[in-house]
Amino acid sequence: MEIKTKDYGICYDPSTATVSFVGSLRLSGAEDYAPIVQLLGEVADVEPAKITLNVQQLEFLNSSGINMLSKFIIEVRKKARVQMVVQGSQRIAWQGKSLKNLQRLMPGLQLELL
Amino acid sequence: MIQTFGDFIEPTPSQEYLIIGFSPSSIPLKQRWRNNGLSADFLADYLTSFFPGNEDDPSTIDRQAEIKSAVSYIANELLENAMKFNDETSDYPIDIKLQLKSDGLIFSVANSISPQAVDQFQGYIRQLLASDPSELYIEQLEKNAADESSTGSGLGLLTMLSDYTAKMGWKFQTVQQDPEVITVTTMVQLRV
Repeated sequence: MEIKTKDYGICYDPSTATVSFVGSLRLSGAEDYAPIVQLLGEVADVEPAKITLNVQQLEFLNSSGINMLSKFIIEVRKKARVQMVVQGSQRIAWQGKSLKNLQRLMPGLQLELL
Repeated sequence: MIQTFGDFIEPTPSQEYLIIGFSPSSIPLKQRWRNNGLSADFLADYLTSFFPGNEDDPSTIDRQAEIKSAVSYIANELLENAMKFNDETSDYPIDIKLQLKSDGLIFSVANSISPQAVDQFQGYIRQLLASDPSELYIEQLEKNAADESSTGSGLGLLTMLSDYTAKMGWKFQTVQQDPEVITVTTMVQLRV
């Protein structure tokens, strides 16, 4: 599964259950984020033992995008058997500020700022 | 009518500032959505020249990256809000101003707002100012996740207060009678 535009790309690797985000995600709201929500929903439905979100190359994410990721984390939280890992980058300042909130939503979430 | 809320300070003469203006009627909102990010990135890029990075001192490079990222995020959120809540029946322009002060940055974004929407927005501002933004932020995320039909995330202002520890203020002003035009100026102060 893959979504690609000139501003951003999202790609799912089923062998590692990793969803990778690259570029700049600043869509205008829930409706525009729907295809990405659908991709993430399909990953959650498979219930792999561990899901990894890799945002190390996601330079920008607006608040509507933060909302989308948070909703996904809350959805995964309901599935007791799924372990959640988020990999971010120390190089990208918004990640240091905002990704920790995902851990507040799901205390078992493993946050790696590499 | 003039009403202010929170940390709103009247602009003082400043040596360094940049203003970008948009006329809402020239191109439909949807088609210029990408302009919000472009304008925000431009403001952020422009500003880095005032916070030079020194290759021999990594802390200056980190600081520059952090300021750039914060300006880009905050300016983009403010512009997105202004475009979303702008009163489309008015041709009052939207503008964003970034001011450089010795101890920080001041963003101010002005847009018109539908007179019918003023009460609800002011109610939301009072709630923001009376709450712990970090708690309200998590509550809002849980609420959004529980409500399938929610369209707006209501997170933009909360992330600025909670993740960027910005100070915020608002000024509402009636700028024209018959037909009534009300503007709101949102001010964000960021220490750097």
